[in-house]
Amino acid sequence: MRIGTLKTIRLQLLALGILLAGIPPAHGIPAFARKYGLPCSACHEAWPMLNNFGQTFKDNGYQLGNDRDAPIYQEPSYWPIMFRTTPVWHRENNNRQAVDIVPGNGTSGLVESSVTTSGFDLGGLDVIAAGTLYKNVSFFIQPFIGNSSINLAQVWVRLDNLAGSHWLNLKLGRFELDEPISQERSLIQNNTGSIYYNYLFTPPGDRNFFAGIGLPQLGVELQGHSDDDSTRYSVAVVTDSNGSSGLPANQAADVYANFNQSFVVPWFGRQQVGVYGFFGESPTYFQTNGGTPLPGTGTGNRSFYRLGAYGHWYVDKFDFYTFYMHGYDNVFLGNGVPSNQPFNLPLGAAGPVWNGGFVEAHYNPNPRLIFLGKYELARMSRQANPSIPGSAGNLDTWTAGYRWYPIMSPRAGLAWTQEYSRVINAGAAPLSGKDDIHNSYLMGLDFDF
Amino acid sequence: MKLNRAGTAMICLSLIWSVAGSAQETHVGKLVGNAKRGKALYVRYCIFCHGPYGDGRGESAAYLDPKPRDFTKAVFKCRSTPSGSLPLDSDLYDTISRGVHASGMPSWKPLLRQERVDLVAYIKTFSSAFVEEKPGTPVQIPAEPPSSPESIQRGADLFQSMNCWSCHGKDGRGYGPSAATLTDSKGYPITPFDFTSGTRFKCGDSDQEMFRDLVTGLDGTPMPSFETAMTPDQRWDVVHYIRSLHTSKNKHTQVKPEVKNETQGQ
Repeated sequence: MRIGTLKTIRLQLLALGILLAGIPPAHGIPAFARKYGLPCSACHEAWPMLNNFGQTFKDNGYQLGNDRDAPIYQEPSYWPIMFRTTPVWHRENNNRQAVDIVPGNGTSGLVESSVTTSGFDLGGLDVIAAGTLYKNVSFFIQPFIGNSSINLAQVWVRLDNLAGSHWLNLKLGRFELDEPISQERSLIQNNTGSIYYNYLFTPPGDRNFFAGIGLPQLGVELQGHSDDDSTRYSVAVVTDSNGSSGLPANQAADVYANFNQSFVVPWFGRQQVGVYGFFGESPTYFQTNGGTPLPGTGTGNRSFYRLGAYGHWYVDKFDFYTFYMHGYDNVFLGNGVPSNQPFNLPLGAAGPVWNGGFVEAHYNPNPRLIFLGKYELARMSRQANPSIPGSAGNLDTWTAGYRWYPIMSPRAGLAWTQEYSRVINAGAAPLSGKDDIHNSYLMGLDFDF
Repeated sequence: MKLNRAGTAMICLSLIWSVAGSAQETHVGKLVGNAKRGKALYVRYCIFCHGPYGDGRGESAAYLDPKPRDFTKAVFKCRSTPSGSLPLDSDLYDTISRGVHASGMPSWKPLLRQERVDLVAYIKTFSSAFVEEKPGTPVQIPAEPPSSPESIQRGADLFQSMNCWSCHGKDGRGYGPSAATLTDSKGYPITPFDFTSGTRFKCGDSDQEMFRDLVTGLDGTPMPSFETAMTPDQRWDVVHYIRSLHTSKNKHTQVKPEVKNETQGQ
């Protein structure tokens, strides 16, 4: 039973790795800087992380509202496209990788070994076209070219300021959810620390089709905000497909909502608090043909949710995010058992419950330099299968680094970055069931034009 | 004796410094500007258009039309003070908050109020005028009489008799016979406002702000002050006429004078 559980954990980690590999790098959009003549620092605390002016600009449908927003005001040669890539050198270490005892001999048996790789590398190419099709009609297209694949990370059109109100904006397509802290705009680039694990957390043994709020989703979003963006809300209805086209799951629609409010504390600056929640249903089995699931025929839906609260706190040039998430999956999702086969549930099975969170801090002495640190954790409070060790699935990650922007103009941006990250996956070593530890170090350039 | 002279000199210098310092102080409502903090904000948000020396020669200036304001000249379009005088701190604050329509200057309302006041404090350091002179006395805006067909007609007559049409055109579309020849104070071509476009006015959209613009003129542009050329009632008539030129479909773009309320509330 224990070996079976460990295999399950291993599969989960593999699935997580596949998902992470598909997440395009974060972005800043110099096409907007070129359009308006503003520097990166006008919209970004440090690109790609937005400041309040940039967030307001985004929420306004990439419009400054100065009568220069519609394409008619642009020179005919203006082309709303940017490119971004990250040539880097990085080192990756996994302390307990399963390897053949005799290299090259697949029948010699497996043993855990520390594996280290390093070298120069490329983070793929982000191509973004974004802007306005017309006054109050904005768009975003983001093809991501990976090392061996091309995918449309985001494609959407948004009707802005409906009825002349900032409170009514309607977006349709594949888009990043209005996350508490944008996954797409993470300042961290390395393999281990670049994602918010809570956004994609999956308990051991869980087979929920939904992979987490960190992936772009397909659906429609209603969003609104006050003039200065101090009050914001968004409600999205998305197809239960993790943003994959072709309707791979079924007809279930999930709902995500986010609300945040900013206020000013004298001498400290702007502070923000918010709450969010994702509520959905996922299929537990599919119609099959010869035992092979037919895409889109998922049925036996069972519920799950993610909800929590967050804050963004400023103390002059120092700021930090605090984030909390509480997660729950139905017992059938948690055990990967079809809901029409309840007799296959293990004895004492229950819906998995977990809690997680992170603190991410930044020190931004000037627009060209930012120091960052992040600590994230996830803790299982109830396993789906009582035979799984209570701490299995727990995560602890640390990241420290800085980004320096020698070029920051209304035309392009260039950043030099150095980061170190470490993640400990409790009980996830493939053979021994001990803690699995990944370390990543990265240094290199991050530029967009 | 030498010590006494030195001491006297130090006292004089201190006095001059303190006077200069007090003249540079910036107040908007209860908020006090801090030029040092304003400089950091200026570097982040403003420097690429207005330039490191505030002379409007930032990296992006070459691509912008109209050109960014040259703060070293201390000449500002949007004021509540008479033509030729310095603006109030709140005038600069309002411009930063509102932005300048049909230009590259966006609304910076997403910045904190304190941050905007800090920016005003720093912008004032680019010109010695803010040390040497005091802002003018704000113009008085009498209560607005109700708009009526008669008032609009009188305004239309004044629009013709005061030669507003020579720049703005007979129908207010900005195509008057002088339009093509107009330049701003730095010699760059400038286009008269098209009152029928329904777009927002540069210095605020309320009737009171339009009235104020007729009194103060827009310094640095060919738009003169009509403080002496028209009576207050006549200025209201012109305001009503201009308002009538706005196409109804665009009326939703008119904004209430939120910036004014904001400063009054502090």
